[in-house]
Parts: sequence; C-alpha cells; structure tokens
Amino acid sequence: MKKPIRVLIAKPGLDGHDVGAKLVSRALMEAGMEVIYTGLRQSPEAIAKAVVEEDVDVLGLSILSGAHIPLSRKVAGELKAGKARDIVWIAGGNIPRKDHEALKAIGVHGIFPTGTAFSAVVDFIREKVKP
Amino acid sequence: MSEKKKEAQPLFWESGLEVKPVYTEKDLEASGGTAGIGLPGEYPFTRGIHSLMYRKQPWTMRQYSGFGTAAETHQRFLWLIKNGQTGLNVAFDLPTQCGLDSDDPMAEGEVGRVGMAVDTLADMEEAFADIDLNQITVSMTINGSAVAIMAMYFAMARKRGFELKNLRGNSQNDILKEFIGRGTWIFPVEPSIRLVGDTIEFCANNVPRYSPVSVCGYHIRESGANPAQEMAYGLAIAKAYIDHSLKRGLDINAVASGITFNFDIYGNLWEQVSKFRAGRRLWAKILKEQYGADDPRALTLRMIAGGGGGGLTIQQPENNIVRGAYYALASALSGTQTMALCSFDEAYTIPSERAAKLSLRTMQILIHEIGLCDTVDPLAGSYFIETMTNEMEKSVTRIMAELDREGGIVKGVAEGLVQAAVNRQAFEYEKRVQSGEVKKVGVNVFVEEEEERDVEFHPYREEEARKQIDRLGRIRRERSLETVRKTLDRVRAAAKSGENVMPSIMDAVEAYATVGEICGTLKDVFGTYREPVRF
Repeated sequence: MKKPIRVLIAKPGLDGHDVGAKLVSRALMEAGMEVIYTGLRQSPEAIAKAVVEEDVDVLGLSILSGAHIPLSRKVAGELKAGKARDIVWIAGGNIPRKDHEALKAIGVHGIFPTGTAFSAVVDFIREKVKP
Repeated sequence: MSEKKKEAQPLFWESGLEVKPVYTEKDLEASGGTAGIGLPGEYPFTRGIHSLMYRKQPWTMRQYSGFGTAAETHQRFLWLIKNGQTGLNVAFDLPTQCGLDSDDPMAEGEVGRVGMAVDTLADMEEAFADIDLNQITVSMTINGSAVAIMAMYFAMARKRGFELKNLRGNSQNDILKEFIGRGTWIFPVEPSIRLVGDTIEFCANNVPRYSPVSVCGYHIRESGANPAQEMAYGLAIAKAYIDHSLKRGLDINAVASGITFNFDIYGNLWEQVSKFRAGRRLWAKILKEQYGADDPRALTLRMIAGGGGGGLTIQQPENNIVRGAYYALASALSGTQTMALCSFDEAYTIPSERAAKLSLRTMQILIHEIGLCDTVDPLAGSYFIETMTNEMEKSVTRIMAELDREGGIVKGVAEGLVQAAVNRQAFEYEKRVQSGEVKKVGVNVFVEEEEERDVEFHPYREEEARKQIDRLGRIRRERSLETVRKTLDRVRAAAKSGENVMPSIMDAVEAYATVGEICGTLKDVFGTYREPVRF
C-alpha cells in the first residue's frame, strides 16, 4: 500500500484565527492524508523543526493577520537553516492577490486564500507531492 | 397551467428549528403563547431592556478601530467622533493582546498591524487625549492581557481627573471564548478565570458603572456554532464567571450588572431576531430564578451586536456593503444597545477610512431615514416571530442543559471538547457551502470571474512600528526601574497568594511597567496555556 501523504498545518505568529487551519486539516484527513496541526502561536523555528522531525511532505501555513510576508520569509530562512528536505509549501488565509508573487518568490508553491474549495487544496497536494 | 396543490419543501434554520410556510394564532398558542413576554423595560425583557428604547436614544454607534501607534489611533478616534460616532471600540494589535511588548521577538511584523500598539500607560494617555470619557464611552477588545490594559485605562482616566466611581465603558475580557475561538489566551484556564474574577471584584468595589466583562457568543458563532448554540454557550460562559464571583462573596446584583454581551448578527434575519428576544428573556429568568437577582440592571441582557464577519465574502466585496445594511437592520429589530457594524472590507483587511464611514452612514440612515427608531420591538406580536422566539428559548435551554450534563463549559473548554465540537460543525457547514447546498451569493451562486478586486487595503507602515519600539525604549530608560521592580514584585506576590492582582497592577502601570512585564510576571506564577488540539 502507498504511504499516505504527511502534512504539517501550522499557525505562525500571533494570529488566533484558526477556523481555516482546522477546516483544511479535517479536509486533508478526510482525503486520506496524515495531518499534524501545530496549534496557535508557533515560532518560525518551531515550525521548521516540526517539518524536519515529523518528516512531512507538505507544509501549510495559515495566516490571517496580514503578516504573511514577514512570517513566510522567516519560515523560509528557518527551513533552510534546518536543512529541511524539499517539501511542498502552501499558504492560506487572508492573502491578497497583490502579495502572491512575493510569497512565491519566498518559496511558497501554492496560495489558497480564504474561501478556496477543499478539493483545490487536495488536488494541488496530490499533484505536487512526488511518490 | 392548472393550479396544482403544491407542498412546500421542509425548511430548517441553521439552529435546526423548522420553519412553516404560514403561522397562525394556533401555532403561537402551541409554542407557549405570548403571556410571558412582558412590556419593554419590564421583566423578562423579551421586548427590550428599556421602556422607550430607540425613541429615547438610538443605539450607540461604536465601530471597531485602532491601528499603528496610539498617536495614529487617536487621530482615527477624533475623525470617527467628528463623523457622528457615539462610542469608541478599541482594537489592539496582537502583541498587546497576547501580553507581549512591541520589542519582543515574537512581535516582529505584528506591531500596530491589526490594532493599536500599547506598551505602557503613555500609549493609553496619548490615545485618549482630550476625549471626554464621560461623553464618549470606551469599549476595549482586550482579553488575555485585560488586567494590564484595564489597569492602564483606569489609571489614565484617574490621572485625567475622571472619578473611577463614575467611569462607564466596558472591556471584552471574556477569556473562555478566547480558548474556543479568537485565540488571544495567555495563561491556563483556571488562573485565567481567576483573573477575570479579579477584574469583576475590582470593578464592583471601585468602578461600579463600568462593565468589566462582555461575554462573546460572537466569536463562538464565527468559529462554527449555530445561532442557538451561540446564545447557549454565551449564557453558559456568563454563568461561569458569575459562579466564580459568587464564591468570592460578591453580591449577585453587582456581579451581573457588570456583565454585558457581544453577539453575532449574520445569517437568517428572523433567526437572529428570535435568538435575541429569546436570549434576553432566558437570561432574565436565569438571573431571577437561579441566582435570585432583583436589580433590573442585573437582569437585563445588554449587548453589542452588528458584527458578522463570517457572513462577508472575499468575492464581489461591494456585496458586503449590502450585507452590512441588513445586519444593522437585524440588529436594530433585535433591540441591541450598541452596534459595531462589520465593514465591507473586513474579509480582507482592517477597515479603511472609507469602509468605516460607510458603516457609520449605514446606521445613521437606518436611524434617520428608515424609521427603525419609531417604535419599540416592532416585530412583537407576529405569530411567526413570537412562535420562533418561544422555540428558540426552548432550544437554547436544551443546549445549556446538555452542556451541564457533559460537565459544564469550563471543563469542556479546558479539555478541548467544545472547540472540537464547534469545529466539526464548521466543517460540515463549509462542506454544504462548497457543495452548493447552502447558497452564498458570489461564492457558489451568481459567481463572477474577477480579475483584480477593488479593495483598498489599510497600509501597514513599518516605520510606525519602529517609532513604537523607540518610544518604548525611551520610556524604559526614563522611568524608575526600582519602582517598577517593587510594584511587579507586589503583582507576583498577589498572584501567588490569591489576593486580587488589580490594585498592585494599577501601581505597576502608574510606574510605567509594560504590558509584557506585567503579563510576564503573571506567567511566571501561572504558566502558559497549552492548547489541547483535538479533532
């Protein structure tokens, strides 16, 4: 049997809006993936450490405070410093279109703003995660 | 076409109540009739908490606002007041809400972003300079760090010559709902409730006209609860604070008078109106029958309602202007005391000046042009509304009883069971939206391909964050470190001994101790909350 895809859903920074993160976690579980949800207020260091220790295929950051660019930049730095393997990195939350390019330049592969269909996230992950 | 007898499809509200196509006197009688509704301003306050309601005074308009530094926020406050706003509703940035100073590494990128940055009393003084706190009441959206921020507000008011015994206003300070949704908790559940108790006791003895707690069904609804659950959880949380306060020997009338409510307003209009009318009546009955309260102020469910961020959509943002107007209508028909209307850009950003003004104008149009203030509780006596008010009350009562059987709201929150249940429901609802079963205009019906969205973002200015950090550095250098240390030691001692922490925190803030120092001291004693992640 194929190994299930492992996903870390993380809430960086101080933002307490966790409905989206929990909804996506559930949707990915329902799609047969293994999901680890960090809970609120994670530092970029802790997130990068969890990516390595949990050996996940996918990292999903959920940010609704507007601080997605500085936080993603820090997470990117920590992933590099922690020598994380190549993972698929997605982000969700209140992320305006004008910031998508900047996030992609930082290393985020897929951006799924609030209101995205669960199936779009599931399909994206299935396509990007190499067996 | 020949006329066929058509059967209407069954219809259920989000709360699970079934709605018939037609209501008559018989339905109303079967549901319990109207014998118990009473008059406006009289027990059980179904029809409103004042006899004349908006004929005497329209609801308070209190848009949520705050960003950047205290100086910037002060300017926005003055602008809102100039535009006819009648109360203030302060948004604090996330570091302030989480009890961190602006120069804390965890605060980087967040200083002044979603609200005003407050580190010391100096920020509070600047934000409210020249505003007459007797004319404009101030509501503060602060929870985890409420003991520090409330102390700063009281210290500021006292310094400016306002007497605490006459000071009005309120703080959100509802920590239980922070564990369910919103997430600005700091300390574990038990000491968190004790701190709420300290503020209730302090206000009952020193600031009796101030409401130290505004219980928020709002955020529980935003996290996935239906309207009946929102009301049930809200009332259960309020009871938890009351029970805690009574154990301290406080008087029920003094405690209950200090508790107000904050509820959500999006969704089916009739369901909201029924929810509020039922909630008011049930709360009055609970206070009278279970607690023996008799002061009218203690028996009344006083509320702010008008927000409904969860109903707004990213798609076709102008539609949110229309939604906002209906939310305001629902709120007025429900007999709210205060409105803080969600602004149309809320699905994207904190409100721009333009969006905030549109919200204000929406309420002013309802007051001056549409006739919402003409008569009290205009829907009273409707077969439909009165039947559904009765049914809603039964439903809320049932949910509260279930919650009690499962061990109560405090246990449910501490173990993460309430959070998991609410989230499970949010998931089921979201799936129904995504499948198109629940219709949302612009989201799953009447969808448009949109290129660029025409929303102006409130700018985040890093130089303002730097200014705040510099200012904090200057204050740290200029204050007496010895006094700060001494007062913080007293805060620590009070936290340990169980003595009320508010008097010592008042001393600490007057010595310009920071939010981070005060919350850090409390964290040393109480520890930090660990989130029970359950699915």
